[in-house]
Amino acid sequence: MIVSNSFALISTLGVALSALAADQPSVRIHPPNRDGPRQLQEQTLKAAVQNYLDAWRSMSDALDENRPELLDRDFIGSAKDKLAATIRKQQACGVHTVYHDRSHDMQILFYSPEGLSIELADTVAYDVQLFSHAGAIGTQQVRTRYIVVLTPTEVRWRVRILQAQPQ
Amino acid sequence: MKVGVPFLVACLASGVACRSQDTNLHLPKRIEAGSAFSVLCEGTGKGTLYIVGPSEFIKREIQLGEATSFPAGALFNAGRYSVWLDSAGSSAAGSIDVVPVSKASDLTFIAKPSRLQVALRDGITGTAYVFDAYGNLITEQMEVSFELSNPTAGTQIRRVQTRNGVAWTQLDSTPREGKDQFVARIGDIFSKRVVFQVPGEPCSLKMSATPSGGKIQLVTEPVRDCSGNVVPDGTVVTFTELNRDTKSTVDVPLKKGVAMVEMPANRGATISVASGVVLGNQIRWEQ
Repeated sequence: MIVSNSFALISTLGVALSALAADQPSVRIHPPNRDGPRQLQEQTLKAAVQNYLDAWRSMSDALDENRPELLDRDFIGSAKDKLAATIRKQQACGVHTVYHDRSHDMQILFYSPEGLSIELADTVAYDVQLFSHAGAIGTQQVRTRYIVVLTPTEVRWRVRILQAQPQ
Repeated sequence: MKVGVPFLVACLASGVACRSQDTNLHLPKRIEAGSAFSVLCEGTGKGTLYIVGPSEFIKREIQLGEATSFPAGALFNAGRYSVWLDSAGSSAAGSIDVVPVSKASDLTFIAKPSRLQVALRDGITGTAYVFDAYGNLITEQMEVSFELSNPTAGTQIRRVQTRNGVAWTQLDSTPREGKDQFVARIGDIFSKRVVFQVPGEPCSLKMSATPSGGKIQLVTEPVRDCSGNVVPDGTVVTFTELNRDTKSTVDVPLKKGVAMVEMPANRGATISVASGVVLGNQIRWEQ
């Protein structure tokens, strides 16, 4: 099953697929280790995953350009507040950061019975670069597990919690 | 590897595990959200320290060779942080993990629905996310208590362990109508919601007929649901009179728990009463 042109998703087999384009992250969806009585329909899963991946792109752009308004479409609540605060501090210090996600390894953990939240775990491999006006300060390759909570809004799922969980 | 004495002192004072992650940058591997910590970079001169994550950014001018202290509350958003030291003579990098405080301080509690019929199995759901004092989701397992209480029907309690920071439950709505309190509790932290339980559909209907001038006056007994709650006023009751080939139907809303109507008195007519899917008794008018 192809989900948009940015990545391929096989939700039931848990098969890793390479990204279609070189700058797109590879995405792998494991079979759900799901808690909760509500059935997660395939269409809902596809939409939530696609919206979550879009949120990474928005976050990267917002932190790179120091533009908190770029978070509006994909983030809400505390996740948005925390990211916006980071951007303000970056601005004040004259730096910016570039996050480039290289792979996502996801598993749905919970779909709430009333359908108002989806929780997933995502082991993300990404590069983070710190730049000042004088140039690059440093680059790190990071691999860490995120706990993510998505909530539905008018037209899309938005990220309410984005929290790295040290393993 | 040489580790400076001030660094060791600072680490011991802050009570956190320390690990040298680079040749000259010494960072705590992991700290609890909001706790104080220290960083030491060996060398001489000045440098700039950056602590970078999506949820926090800190820049600090530091003196190399001296422990730099970060007070409690300086770094409180849970996550993985990249650390860079930028100085004229050298640069170094490392990382710090910030974990949530293990004491719950807040609950996000979603209870649905806010209004439902009595006596519905698994009709009420509650979902609770558990957070620390800094708004970090606590992913360690904890016990959440869900309590649904009704003044006349007692209290249902479910104790549920969180998984990945969330706990949920399903509860039956109680047999009695009224305003229930639905509470999620963890330790002394709780969040309360109100669930209105309303009577269900009529369980049975029974009417009586009396002559009233040239008409028949039809009156139901008080209409109740299957749990004995009086069905709310406004619920429509339908009276149907069948007289040979003529059919007359009147819809009447309940008023003070009963429905009342006058219909033509036709000898041999059959009159029935219904509400929703419930059919009441029939009366054959012979007068």
